[in-house]
Amino acid sequence: MAVNRMFRVCPATGFKVHEPAEALMKINAVTAVVALLVGGILALLVILTRWQTVHLLPADAFYMVLTAHGLNMLVFWIIFFEVAVLYFCGTVLLNSRLATPTFAWVAYALMLIGALVNNYAVMIRGDSSVMFTSYVPMGAHWSFYLGLILFAVGALIACFVFLGTLVVAKAERTYNGSVSLVTFGALTACIIAVFTIAAGAIILIPTFFWSIGLISHIDSLMYRTVWWGFGHSSQQINVSAHVAVWYAIAAIVFGAKPMSEKVSRGAFLLYILFLQLASAHHLLADPGLTSNWKIFNTSYAMYLAVLASMVHGLTVPGAIEVAQREKGFNKGLFEWLRKAPWGNPVFSGMFISLIGFGFLGGISGVMMGTEQLNLIIHNTIYVPGHFHATVVVGTTLAFMSLTYFVIPTIFRRELMFPGLAKWQPYLFGLGMSGFSLFMMGAGTLGVPRRHWDMSFAGALMQHEFPATAWLMMTLMAITGLVAIVGGAAYLLITVCSVFIGKKITTPGFKHISARDNAAAPVSLPNVVVPSHGNIGTAGFVAPGTFVLAIGFLISFVLYYFVNWKYLSTVWPLN
Amino acid sequence: MANASPQNSNDELSDEPIPPMQQLLDNPFALLFLGVAMPTVLYIVWGVMEIVGIPIAK
Ligand code: HEM
Ligand SMILES: [Cu+2]
Repeated sequence: MAVNRMFRVCPATGFKVHEPAEALMKINAVTAVVALLVGGILALLVILTRWQTVHLLPADAFYMVLTAHGLNMLVFWIIFFEVAVLYFCGTVLLNSRLATPTFAWVAYALMLIGALVNNYAVMIRGDSSVMFTSYVPMGAHWSFYLGLILFAVGALIACFVFLGTLVVAKAERTYNGSVSLVTFGALTACIIAVFTIAAGAIILIPTFFWSIGLISHIDSLMYRTVWWGFGHSSQQINVSAHVAVWYAIAAIVFGAKPMSEKVSRGAFLLYILFLQLASAHHLLADPGLTSNWKIFNTSYAMYLAVLASMVHGLTVPGAIEVAQREKGFNKGLFEWLRKAPWGNPVFSGMFISLIGFGFLGGISGVMMGTEQLNLIIHNTIYVPGHFHATVVVGTTLAFMSLTYFVIPTIFRRELMFPGLAKWQPYLFGLGMSGFSLFMMGAGTLGVPRRHWDMSFAGALMQHEFPATAWLMMTLMAITGLVAIVGGAAYLLITVCSVFIGKKITTPGFKHISARDNAAAPVSLPNVVVPSHGNIGTAGFVAPGTFVLAIGFLISFVLYYFVNWKYLSTVWPLN
Repeated sequence: MANASPQNSNDELSDEPIPPMQQLLDNPFALLFLGVAMPTVLYIVWGVMEIVGIPIAK
């Protein structure tokens, strides 16, 4: 079979881009953004309903919209974008061609059809408002499960196209030594994805047969256990992918080199080994599973994975600090940070993502992952508060900031509305951070998640929430609306730039074959080889990051113990 | 980050053996095996065995 070897050299970065891979990156990214648009409109409806003063939708529409919001955001937006990231890391960063563009197109088609079929079940048929967790025995229409299965098969093929690309790159010697750290992060995401999809298949295929009547019964605890192998692990794909994006952006914006490749790769290895076990934290309140299983999987294993996240959360800003100090921003503890390009959305988005993920998502996640403390917040709106901090402030914002780099380099268009783009990460990131915090606040006071009416009007059993809880929910709605404005700004900027933005043309367009240019080194502009001359203070090369780390630990310890104290008051243990 | 750093770009030329840890990290399929086997055994198989072991109410 003839192999397509068309490459162009990106004039801005010097990257070699395999054109069939480029087309696939584009289509996956564009589809992702469409899912984000749909999910965003649904988010607006959800928030206007949970804001009790507005209380927009009737109950049944609320649950339908909430189901569709979860799926379009968490599954379709995120995973289409991740496929684009995998192809980018496998080809562009390794100077390689994509292994089998045909299979990649098949994967795309399956994912697209799956997403459409699933949305059809939820929003057009309207009989599948089972939330994205779709716990049995609550049943959806069979097309709901079929859509997810098709999507998953497509995503699995995409993972193998990526793995195949690694094989091709190695065989054709398009790089020397080990793959780059960013590609290694993408590989971590891909490996976790393979397990995730397998777990999803193990449970969704029988559920599909159950929905068409071929299987009579599915045990609900069995469903929940295997389903969370899928539901939780898919979040860990996101974590690995956005950490890879953080490293990439630190290198792109600052020419920063990881402080230690060994340590960073070791941390990714901890992800591969342990991150998925933390799935058990979703079952902490379930009877039937022993504390041995729960505590082994959430404590011992999860803390190793959390450790890895802390390593990434420190080495990324640490690498930026070192690069900045070497450029001369060496005064005091934080000059490197003050003089960072805060007006460049590629950087500001990435940095807000890092801080928000660590402080809001990380600390709340460890709290919730502790068996005893979990009881305080189980099934409250604290839970969506936590995961909007991880998957929205963390992953979504990181992907948004990457887009601002990708539009000129891959899509070859100038960014439109640069003034708005400057503000976008702040609107979205800070709005979302506030939104997550207020959700956590309301959840700590017991406000339930997935709940249409916290006033319990006309309900048999009444419950009065304290006034603070109502205030928290109002603040949640307002900050949520700010985030929606930020999300809309992102959609406006990216869609306009990609479709009607000014084209960037490449004079003297070059096609080069991968093999002919096998070992041609591609270097990013202004990569500084670390010499760590006379930077830093008091024996630290990155003292600012060290202070940030201490701040993180203090917040963590305080918050953790406050919750233990609180636990002793919510349960009458005397 | 797009290219291998200068120190390890010519590791094939040097005589130093590649450390075992690096060999593991450079082998995507070994990592794939570990990344799938660990959660399958410790989370799924162990969890499912516990659920299957729950006595059924009469
Ligand atoms: C500005 C953007 C967003 C706003 C205002 C928003 C708002 C909300 C609200 C109010 C809920 C309902 C909480 C409840 O009643 O239980 C919710 C649920 C959810 N959101 Fe978002 N969201 C946004 C973006 C996202 C993004 C980007 C993702 C994923 C990447 C996401 C994933 C989810 C998921 C998975 C649920 C849970 C659905 C369920 O309980 O089944 N959201 N969101
Ligand atoms: Cu989880």
